[in-house]
Amino acid sequence: MSLISYINGVSFIGPGIRDWRTAEHIFSGLNPYIPGATELPAPMSLPAPERRRAGRAIKLAISLGMEASAQAALDPKTVLTVFSSSGGDGENCDAICRTLASDRQLSPTRFHHSVHNVPAGYWSIATGAMVASSTLCAHDASFAAGLLEAMTQVTTSAAPVLLIAYDTPYPPPLNDKRPIRHVLGIALALDKLPGPRSIAKITAQLGDSPVDRLDNSILDDLRSGAPAGGGLSLLVRLARRHWGSVHLEYFDKTTLTVSVNSC
Amino acid sequence: MMPLVLKAYTATSCLGRGIAPMTVALRNGTGGLTKCEFESIDLETYVGEIQGVDAEQLPAAYQSFNCRNNRLAQLAIKQDDFEQTVKASISRFGPRFGLILGTSTSGILETELAYRSCSPVTGLLPEKFNYQGSHSPFSVAAFLRTWLTIRGPVSVISTACSSGAKVFASAQRMIEAGVIDAALVGGVDSLCLTTLYGFHSLQLLAPRPCRPFATNREGISIGEGAAFALLERPDAGTRSDNIALLGVGESNDAYHISSPHPDGLGARLSIEAALKTAAIDPWEIDYINLHGTATITNDQSESRAVAAVFGRSTPCSSTKGATGHALGAAGAIEAVICAIALKDGFIPGGINTNPVDPALEVQYLRATQFTKPSRILSNSFGFGGTNCSLVFGRLA
Repeated sequence: MSLISYINGVSFIGPGIRDWRTAEHIFSGLNPYIPGATELPAPMSLPAPERRRAGRAIKLAISLGMEASAQAALDPKTVLTVFSSSGGDGENCDAICRTLASDRQLSPTRFHHSVHNVPAGYWSIATGAMVASSTLCAHDASFAAGLLEAMTQVTTSAAPVLLIAYDTPYPPPLNDKRPIRHVLGIALALDKLPGPRSIAKITAQLGDSPVDRLDNSILDDLRSGAPAGGGLSLLVRLARRHWGSVHLEYFDKTTLTVSVNSC
Repeated sequence: MMPLVLKAYTATSCLGRGIAPMTVALRNGTGGLTKCEFESIDLETYVGEIQGVDAEQLPAAYQSFNCRNNRLAQLAIKQDDFEQTVKASISRFGPRFGLILGTSTSGILETELAYRSCSPVTGLLPEKFNYQGSHSPFSVAAFLRTWLTIRGPVSVISTACSSGAKVFASAQRMIEAGVIDAALVGGVDSLCLTTLYGFHSLQLLAPRPCRPFATNREGISIGEGAAFALLERPDAGTRSDNIALLGVGESNDAYHISSPHPDGLGARLSIEAALKTAAIDPWEIDYINLHGTATITNDQSESRAVAAVFGRSTPCSSTKGATGHALGAAGAIEAVICAIALKDGFIPGGINTNPVDPALEVQYLRATQFTKPSRILSNSFGFGGTNCSLVFGRLA
C-alpha cells in the first residue's frame, strides 16, 4: 500500500546554504556549491526569553518550518507538524553529561532542553499552534521515518502536514561515537490534494532497492553527513524537476521508495 | 476513527513483572515506591525502581544493545506470554506489521557513566561504549526490531512524558491509512541521572512518595517501566468484548517549555479530541486515569481541564502514587492499567493522597471501586507542552 502527498513547500538549510532558493540553484547545477558554516537566524517569532535560550536545533527547526509553510501559504498556527531528528540537541546533551560526571549541579534550563521534543515545543510557542504535533526518531532512518509518518497523517487527517527534519552534531567526545558532520535540515509542506502551490506529487512505499547516492560527491556528503540529509536525493529531483524514483535510507536492506512526479 | 483491538498487553513496573502483580496492587491499593538507592544518586527522594533489571541478559548476538533500558524492554516483553503472541502476529502480518515505541531518555545512563571514564590523555569515551545500542533514542526499537524480526515501519516517538501514549495514536493512523494491519506499541524508560538530577534542579522531586492531587503534594516520584500492547485492525473474527482503543487526541499548549498552561487549555483540547474521535460524550466515560504527576502546577492545570469537560461527575485518579512517574513509559503503563480495569471490572483509586486538595474541583477517587467501567480516558502530558489523551473500551 503506497501513500500519496503533494509537496507545496520546501526548505533546506545546511552548511553554506541558507534557504530553499539557494539550495535549488545549487542542486539544479545553476550555481556552484560553496561550503561554509550553517547560518541560523535568531527566531524572531519567539518571545525574548525563549529566543535567548534557543540552541541550534531550535533555531534550525523553526527556520525550516517557517520557510516551508510560507511557500505553501499555510498559517503555521493551524498546521499539523511532524518533527524528526536522530539525536536532537547535541551540545545540550554533552553539557548535561559533563555536569553529571562532575558536581551534578544541573541547570533547570539545560534539563528542560534535554527532551527530544524541545524544538516542537518552541515551534508551538513561536506560532501559537495548539494542534497535534509529533516528534520521532529512527537513527540513520530518521528522515524516511518522518516522511512516512507525515504522509500517513496527510492520508488520515486530509489536512496539510509539515515535516521538519533536522540534526545537529555532538561535540567531543560523543561525536567520535556518533559522527554527525553537519547542522542541517529539510522541511516539506505536504497536502492530500494538489493546489496552486503544488511543486510535485510524491508516492511512497517501503521496498528493497539500494539507497540512492548522489553523483556529485560534495552533495552526497550533505546527504550522508546528517540523518536529516537522508531526503537530499528527493530534494535534488525537485530542484531539477527531474521526475522519477528515489530510494531513501531506512533499515538494513529496506528503503523508502518515493516516486516524484509533476502534478 | 477506526478502533483497534488490543490483542495482548503487558506491563512491568515497580509493582512487579507482568499483569498479575499490577492487578493485585491496583485492587488492593498498594504501591511500589522505595527510598532512592539507585546508582550513586545522593538525592532525598523515592523512586519506582524495578528489581532484577541488571540481571537480565540479552542474547549473545545482541550485546551491542546492552543497557538498562533494553534489558528492561526484554524482561517486560517476556511476561504474560506476550513475546509468543507478538511473534505469531509478526509471522501472520509480515511487512504489514509495524513497531512504534516511546522513550524519553533511552539508554542515556550508559553515556552518563561513560563520561566518568573518559581517557585523561585523549578525552575519548571508553572503547566499549556503544551510542547506537544504548543512548540513541531509537535504540530500543532497533533492538526489538532485530530481535523480533519486524519488517514493516519502525519508529520511536520521543515527546517526553506523552511518548508512551502517542505511540497508540501513530499506530492507529498507520493502520487506518492502510500502511499496516497490526503494530507492537509501547513505552520503555529507565532510571538515570539526567532525570533525577534534572527534576531536582526544577525543585519538582518529592522527598516522600508522591501524593497526586493532595493538598500537601510536593512533586513527583520518578519511576521506570516498560509496557507493550499488540494492536490489530478489527476483522470479521474479532470478538466484540475485546478491549479496544476507541479514541485518540493530541494537542500542544503553545505556552511554556516546562510549565503546563495554568487553565489546562492544551490538555482540554486533547481530551475533547479523544472524545470526538471516539464519537462519545463526556458522560460516557466512567473513569479518567489522570496524568496526575503530583506537582503543584500539573495537578492544578489538569484538574481545570478535566473539570471543564466533565465537571465533578466522572471519577478520576492518578496511579503514579503506586508506580511513580515512568516518564516516556508512563502513557503505555497507564494504557495497560486502563485495559486491566476494563477487563477485571474495577476503578483504581489513587494511593498516598490524603486529603484531596479541595481546590482541585474533580471527583478524585482515593480507594478502588469495584464497579465495572465501560469506557476509560487516559491522559499523558509532557515538557514542551505536549498532550495526548486516549479512550479505551470495548468494540461493541
